[in-house]
Amino acid sequence: MALHFSSAHPISALHPLLCFFLHDTYPEMEYASGLQRQLASMKKNLFDQGYLDEQFYQLEELQDESSPNFVEEVVTLFFRDSSRLVANIDQALQKYPQDFRRLDNFMHQLKGSASSIGAAKMKNECTSFREFCNKENREGCLRSFQKVKKEHAVLKQKLENYFQLLKQVGPVDKATHSGN
Amino acid sequence: MGNPLPASRAAEAFPAGLRVLIVDDDATWLKILEKMLRKCSYQGRLLFAPTIARGGAALLLRVSSVLSVLDRDFVTTCSLATDALHILRERKARFDIVISDVNMPDMDGFKLLEHVGLEMDLPVIMMSIDGETSRVMKGVQHGACDYLLKPVRMKELRNIWQHVYRKKMQELKEVETHSIDEVINILRNGSEDDEDRHLTDETEMSFMRKRKDVDNKEFGDQELNDPSTVKKARVVWSVDLHQKFVNAVDQIGFDKVGPKKILDLMNVPGLTRENVASHLQKYRLYLSRLQKQNGGTCGGNMQSDHINKTIKGKFGLKSSTNMQQDWELTKYACTTENFRTHGIVANVAHVSEMNRVAPAQVIASKKGLVNGAQLGLFLSFKGMLPSIKEKACKPLHDERPVMQLMQYPEQENYSISEGYSCLANPDQDHEPCFDHLPSSQPLVTLATCTNGKDMKDLYEMKPLQPAMPPMACMIDSVSIQVKHGLVNLQDTGAICKLEGSPCIEDCYVDETCNQGCFPLTCEVSLKSKSDLDSMPEDLHLYSVQKLGCLENVSCSGPEIYQYIDSVPASEVQSINWCEGSEPSGEYLYDPVDYSLIDEYLFA
Repeated sequence: MALHFSSAHPISALHPLLCFFLHDTYPEMEYASGLQRQLASMKKNLFDQGYLDEQFYQLEELQDESSPNFVEEVVTLFFRDSSRLVANIDQALQKYPQDFRRLDNFMHQLKGSASSIGAAKMKNECTSFREFCNKENREGCLRSFQKVKKEHAVLKQKLENYFQLLKQVGPVDKATHSGN
Repeated sequence: MGNPLPASRAAEAFPAGLRVLIVDDDATWLKILEKMLRKCSYQGRLLFAPTIARGGAALLLRVSSVLSVLDRDFVTTCSLATDALHILRERKARFDIVISDVNMPDMDGFKLLEHVGLEMDLPVIMMSIDGETSRVMKGVQHGACDYLLKPVRMKELRNIWQHVYRKKMQELKEVETHSIDEVINILRNGSEDDEDRHLTDETEMSFMRKRKDVDNKEFGDQELNDPSTVKKARVVWSVDLHQKFVNAVDQIGFDKVGPKKILDLMNVPGLTRENVASHLQKYRLYLSRLQKQNGGTCGGNMQSDHINKTIKGKFGLKSSTNMQQDWELTKYACTTENFRTHGIVANVAHVSEMNRVAPAQVIASKKGLVNGAQLGLFLSFKGMLPSIKEKACKPLHDERPVMQLMQYPEQENYSISEGYSCLANPDQDHEPCFDHLPSSQPLVTLATCTNGKDMKDLYEMKPLQPAMPPMACMIDSVSIQVKHGLVNLQDTGAICKLEGSPCIEDCYVDETCNQGCFPLTCEVSLKSKSDLDSMPEDLHLYSVQKLGCLENVSCSGPEIYQYIDSVPASEVQSINWCEGSEPSGEYLYDPVDYSLIDEYLFA
């Protein structure tokens, strides 16, 4: 019996019943449905805790048959670019005297990038960094940048986990067929 | 040309295949936007503009990694605006619209958009994460027709076709063709899309047909025999061409410049006056923007001042009556809800030399509101003044400069007395003229007359752009863009108001190209002062373009007031200014026109 699990689709309504009937014969499915739930709750957390915003949904909507991994590709591209940018800013902050204009430009770029995947928390930290930049407050910039880096790293980890899980849950028919 | 598709089908099919160029330095956004373009069924091309700060191998690595995630067929890379322009020119890539990020490290987004607009005459949309008013204003000043905030939504992208369409409409008006076939040629040349054609057919059928009617009636074969009007392919202003243009302008002298003069000097075969005229407009915009940047703050007052300075006192029209009209600019302001409107009233003054261009600009006035001795040129504009920040934030198509211009041809050998007397005694003479106009009918009365100039000189009047060099001038010829709006003249008390109403959708202006006389196009109905005190928030804009030049007008007064009721939109109006003249022409009223109006006075 093959059931199609589309990614991030909670089947919680169906699941308990299936679970009850198919528990012994199809343990993979239970495993799969468990993963499914895990995935759903992970995603929910990302949004509830403000790591991601509306834009992420937009990306998901753009994903289709012609580009089935669109969201993941975009996110990967983002982290590649943004890591480089973060490194640049780090370097720029070491310099003395501080070139606030240049820093602001970097941060503007980073913020723009962050907006592309809906990285809400990171975006906010970028905004406060720019405020410190405008006031030419070096200390403030340094502190704020630490937060930016932190948000960047945290989001990166979370999304990596998310996509890993997604991969596991996604092509579920593979899992259900293999055991039968 | 085939039958136009039913509106709904045309509308669906229409934006598909729109050729969009996206310029950005952010690879992630390029990828997302590329996907969005595909979803809209647009034909997208991407221009990746990475920072070249590190240069060398690092850059190449970056570029190649980006290219690996984007569709190679559709992406080009270049980091500098100059390079981008070069690529665009070289490829002769036909794009319908350009969307560009504003904040690119090595490519100046504003510079790019300005040049693209100037040279390639494409609508440009700006994009940024930053929605600050000053930035949006800057975009507007550089000619952006819209400003998108990142993150950009699909629905916003779906709507960008409106800018392309609007521009085409504008181009149609600019073009001096009078044959329906010629107009269609332009459409064809401007866009390869079937859908485009169909949609434009749909909505433009009506006035095109009228145009044709007018032509058939009035023109005969003159226009059609003119080879320069037969096929108007879109002119691409290459660097060389633009350089020639600039050289010509410099040679003539900026304050004396006019499209005809430029055209002659440039001596480029196939280039038409209209091309030059529209390019001149943009060039002026560009320069004024530059000047503004260099000149520091520019408030609304300053703009008026500029115009004051430039127009003041140099014009005169002698009247055979004891009325002396002098060109004056009177500033007035009309305050309304959130913005100030500065208006300019210019009174027609005496032009001393007859063999110079004598602008005959007289504004009809309503009884009781006009100081009989003065006729004025009323301009009112709003929204584009930098001080008006709230308005500036809005998308451009909601915000219109408003100008109302009424003109009246006058020449020395023109018997003014009758005309003036008509105006001078508004109580008696004016009434009959405007009596029959229901007050809700907006009409604009315009005429310019010039002299000694080839009829083909056309300009657009724009009230807003400051930084005009002092014009020791007489108006060569003025083509007026009349925008619907409120004009409130405190001094002269003449008030004209154009109500937004579709009924003036088709107003025709008379233009002749060879001799003579160009009468007015439409009339402005005059309302009582009280009606006009408040500017409606939403003004429909109607642009009246391309008034022709008059030469040695020798009409008698009453003829000036010959006009055709413009109320029904479908009617052609022609006003016979001159005896023996064969005026015809048209104004198209474009309610969504966003173009600026400058006032230019030329020698």
